[in-house]
Amino acid sequence: MTTVDETIQDVAPESNQELKSIAKQDYKYGFITEVDADTVPPGLTEDTIRLISSKKNEPEWMLEWRLKAFRHWETLLEKEQLPDWAHIKHPPIDFQDMIYYSAPKQKEQLSSLDEVDPEVLSTFEKLGIPLEEQKRLAGVAVDAVFDSVSVATTFKEKLAELGIIFSSFSEAIQDHPELVRKYLGSVVPYTDNFYAALNAAVFSDGSFCYIPKGVRCPMELTTYFRINTENSGQFERTLIVADESSYVSYLEGCSAPIRDTNQLHAAVVELVAMDDAEIKYSTIQNWYPGDAEGNGGIYNFVTKRGKCLGARSKISWTQVETGSAITWKYPSVLLQGDDSIGEFYSVALVKGRQQADTGSKMTHIGKRTKSTIIAKGVSAGEAENTYRGLVRVNPGADDAWNFTQCDSLLIGDKCGAHTTPYVEVKNKSAHLEHEAFTSRVSEDQLFYCNSRGISVEKAHSMIINGFCEEVFKKLPFEFAVEATRLLELNLEGTVG
Amino acid sequence: MTTTSPLDTYLTDFADAARDYQAARAGRDPEWIADIRAEALDSFRELGLPTARRGNEEYKYTDIRPLVRQGFSPLQIIDRDSAAAASDLDLEQLNVGPSEWHRVVIVDGRFAAELSASDGLPDGVVFGSLAEAVHSETDSVRAHLARLADYTEHGFTALNTALAAEGALVLIPRMTAVDQPIQVVYISTEQTQGTASMPRTLIIAGEDSSAAIVETHVSLADDSHLTNAVTEIVIGAGANISYCKIQQESEATYNVSTTLVEVNENANFRSMAIDVGGRLTRNNLTIIMAGEGGNSDVRGAYVITRDQHVDNQVIVDHVVGHNDMNEIYKGILDGHARSVFHGSIIVRPNAAKVNAMQVDKNLLLSNDAEADTKPAFWIYCDDVRCGHGAACGNLDEDAMFYLRSRGIEEEEARMMLIRAFVSEVVDAIQEQSIHDHVATLIATKLDNL
Repeated sequence: MTTVDETIQDVAPESNQELKSIAKQDYKYGFITEVDADTVPPGLTEDTIRLISSKKNEPEWMLEWRLKAFRHWETLLEKEQLPDWAHIKHPPIDFQDMIYYSAPKQKEQLSSLDEVDPEVLSTFEKLGIPLEEQKRLAGVAVDAVFDSVSVATTFKEKLAELGIIFSSFSEAIQDHPELVRKYLGSVVPYTDNFYAALNAAVFSDGSFCYIPKGVRCPMELTTYFRINTENSGQFERTLIVADESSYVSYLEGCSAPIRDTNQLHAAVVELVAMDDAEIKYSTIQNWYPGDAEGNGGIYNFVTKRGKCLGARSKISWTQVETGSAITWKYPSVLLQGDDSIGEFYSVALVKGRQQADTGSKMTHIGKRTKSTIIAKGVSAGEAENTYRGLVRVNPGADDAWNFTQCDSLLIGDKCGAHTTPYVEVKNKSAHLEHEAFTSRVSEDQLFYCNSRGISVEKAHSMIINGFCEEVFKKLPFEFAVEATRLLELNLEGTVG
Repeated sequence: MTTTSPLDTYLTDFADAARDYQAARAGRDPEWIADIRAEALDSFRELGLPTARRGNEEYKYTDIRPLVRQGFSPLQIIDRDSAAAASDLDLEQLNVGPSEWHRVVIVDGRFAAELSASDGLPDGVVFGSLAEAVHSETDSVRAHLARLADYTEHGFTALNTALAAEGALVLIPRMTAVDQPIQVVYISTEQTQGTASMPRTLIIAGEDSSAAIVETHVSLADDSHLTNAVTEIVIGAGANISYCKIQQESEATYNVSTTLVEVNENANFRSMAIDVGGRLTRNNLTIIMAGEGGNSDVRGAYVITRDQHVDNQVIVDHVVGHNDMNEIYKGILDGHARSVFHGSIIVRPNAAKVNAMQVDKNLLLSNDAEADTKPAFWIYCDDVRCGHGAACGNLDEDAMFYLRSRGIEEEEARMMLIRAFVSEVVDAIQEQSIHDHVATLIATKLDNL
C-alpha cells in the first residue's frame, strides 16, 4: 500500500509508525465461501435468458418481458449506446465473459434456518449479521440473498399477519404475479438505460415488498446482498410498493470477497408510494473496492428510482457508499403526486483508486412537491469522487421547492472531487437553492484538536464524522452505528 | 464527409468561401497567417459544427441546428465598398455608448475609419484594424493571434480563424494606463441579412498596464444573420484590465462568441457579459489563470424575453495556484425565453491555494420561460476553497408585501425588485461611464419585457 504510506509521509511525518500499522488494514470481509454452486456457463444469448426463466419456473409473461428487455439491450450494445457520460474510467466490459446465473445448491425447500448450508451461514456471521441473533434481537427481518437466490427469509409469517408481503422476487412472481406484473418496470422501465435493460433481461432474484393500506411496518426490513461466485455478475431487482397511508423502512447492506477480476453488479431498485405512504430506503454499500493498485473490485452500476405516485407520499433515500471499485448510482425520485416529498442523503467515501460518480435526480411533476438533496463526498488517496445530480421542475409543478447541498472534502493532493449539478426549471413559481463547497479538512480545526491532545488521525476521523453527521442521523439506529464504524475503518491509514 | 445532408452542403459552402478567401489573400498576407488559416480550414472540414444531440454535453441545452438550417452564407467582404454603408450611420442612434470613448468601428466586416476615434490615446497604444496589423507584421500580433483560441477542437473557432478577415487590435504597452474606455463596435447593417460574419478581436495588455475595454455587437435592422466572434485577451503580469462584452443585436440574430483570456501573475481581470439581444446567443468564455496571485471577477447579466435563448459557458481553469476567482451570473427571463448557464471551475493538480466561488441566479417571470443551470467543479488539488450556488425562483413574496405595505404600486414594486436583482451584477462595473451605459441598456430592455 505504497500510496497510503506516501500520503502519511506527506502529511504527518511524526506519526508515521503508528499510522503505517493501521494503514495495512486489509479488506475485512474478503473471504470466499466454498459452496457447490449451480452455475450457468458464461455468456449471454436468448437461450441464457430462457434457461434462467425456466430454472425459476417463471410464467410466460415474465419470460416475454425479459426477452423484450434483452432485445432492447442488444440494440443498445450494437449501437454502442453504453452510458459514457460519467466521470469514470474502466476497460470495456466483456458481457459474454460473465456468468449470469449462480445459485447455491441446496436441499429442496428450507423450512428453517437449520437447513441452510452451514458455510453460507458462517459467511453471514463473519459479516456480522447472524440470522439467528437477528431473528430474536432488534426486530429485524432478514431476507438474505446469497449470490442470486434468497436462502432464508425470516419473520415472514409475522409480517404476513399484517398483510405485508416480504419475499424474494422469485417467490413473489409465483405467489403474487398480479402485483409484480402491475409494478415491475413501472418506475425503471427496461428502456431506461443500458444496465437497466441488462438487469431486466437477466435478473435472478432480489426482494419484493408490499405494504397494504394503512399498515405501518413494525420492523426494519433488511436484505444483505452478497456476491460470491467468481465472474458472476449479480443482477438483483428490488421492488417495494407502499399502499395508501402505509410506512416501511428498508435497509440494504452489501459486502463482497476479494477477487482479481472485476465483477459487475447491475441492480435495479423500484419504489412506489401511494397516497400518504412513506418509504425510507437506506443502503450501506461496502463491496470490495479493489486493491491499492486498482486491481479487482466491483463495478457497481445501479439504477435506483422511486415514484411518489400518490398525493402527500414521501420517498427518502439514504446511502453510505464506501466500497466498489466504481460506483455509478443515482437514487432518484419522481415527484408525481401533489405535495409529495423526495429526499436524498448520501455519504460517498473513496480512497485508493476508487471512482464514484453518484448523486440524485429529483423530478418535480406534481404541485407543491418538495425535495432535499444532501450529498457529502470524501476523497482520499488517488480516488475520484463526482457528485452528479439533476433537479428538474416541470411546467405543471407549481410551487415546487428544492434544496441541494453537495459538499466535498479532499484528503491528500492526488485525489479529485468534482461536482456537476444540473438544474432545469420550467415553472416560474419554483423555488430552488443549490449550494456546494469543496475544501480540505481545515487546518484550524486540526490545530484545535491537536492542542487538546487529539491525534491527527483521530481528529480527522472526528471532523469527517461531523462532516457526514447530517446524513448519518438519517440512518436507522443500527445502521448509523455501522456506518460510523465503517467510515472510521475506511479512513484508517488514509489520513495523517 | 461521406453522406450529404443540408448541413454538409452548408459546411461545404463555408469551406469553399474560406478557400476562396485564402486564395484571394495569397501573396498579400504574410505566410504565417496563411498557414494558420489553412490549418483552421482543415480542422473546420473535420470538426464541422457541434450539431449532434446525443452525447454532446457542451450543447446539451442549446440546439444549434436551427442556426445551421438557416443556411447563412459567408459574408462577402472582399470586393464590397463599405464606405457608402458606414457614412450613413449614426452611432448615437445605435446607442453604443458615450462619444468620449476611444472607438474602433467595424461595419459589416469592414474597418470604418470615419466612425472610429482613437486619438488622444497614451503613447505606444495601438488601437485599430487587426487586418492592417497582420499585414504590417506586428510582432506581438504574430505571437498571440490564434494562440489561445484553439481552432483544432472547436468548430466555430476553426470557422472564424479560417474566414476572419477583419477585426480589432488593442495593444497596451507595459506600465501604461488608459483613462477612457476603449470600445470595439461590430455593426451589422441590412446588408448582412442571411450572412455570417466573423469578427476577430485581439487584446494584449502589457505588464502593469490598466484599461477598460468594451466590445459591442449591434445590428441595425431586425433581420437575421450569424455573428461568429472570437476574442483573445492576454493580460500581462500585474495588469488591471476590465472587459465588458455587450450583445445588443436584433432578436432574429444568432450570435456565437468565443472569448479566451490568459491572466498572468498578479494580474487583475474583471469580465462582464451583458446580453439583451439575439435570438440565440452562445457565449464561450474561458479564463486561464496562468500565473500565481491572479484575481478574476467574472460577471454576467442577461435580460431576455419572447423566444430569446442565451447560453453562457464559463470555464475558469486554474493552471497554477494562489489565485482568487469570483463568478456571478444573473438572468431575468420572460416570455418563452430560455437561459443556460454552464460554469466549470477547474483546479489542476498542485494548483494549491485557490479560492473560487461561482453563482448563477435566475428570475423567472413567465411560466413558459426555462432556466437550465449547471455550476460544476473539477478539482484535482486538496488545498482549495471552492464554492458554488444556484438559485431559481420568482420575486420574493415577503419583499413584495413589504413594498406594497408601504403604499408602493404593485407594478412599481415589481420593477424595483427586478432592478435590484440584476444590479448586484451591474453595480460591480467600476468605470462610471460603462456602468451607466449598461444600466441604461438593461433598463430599456426591462421596459420592453
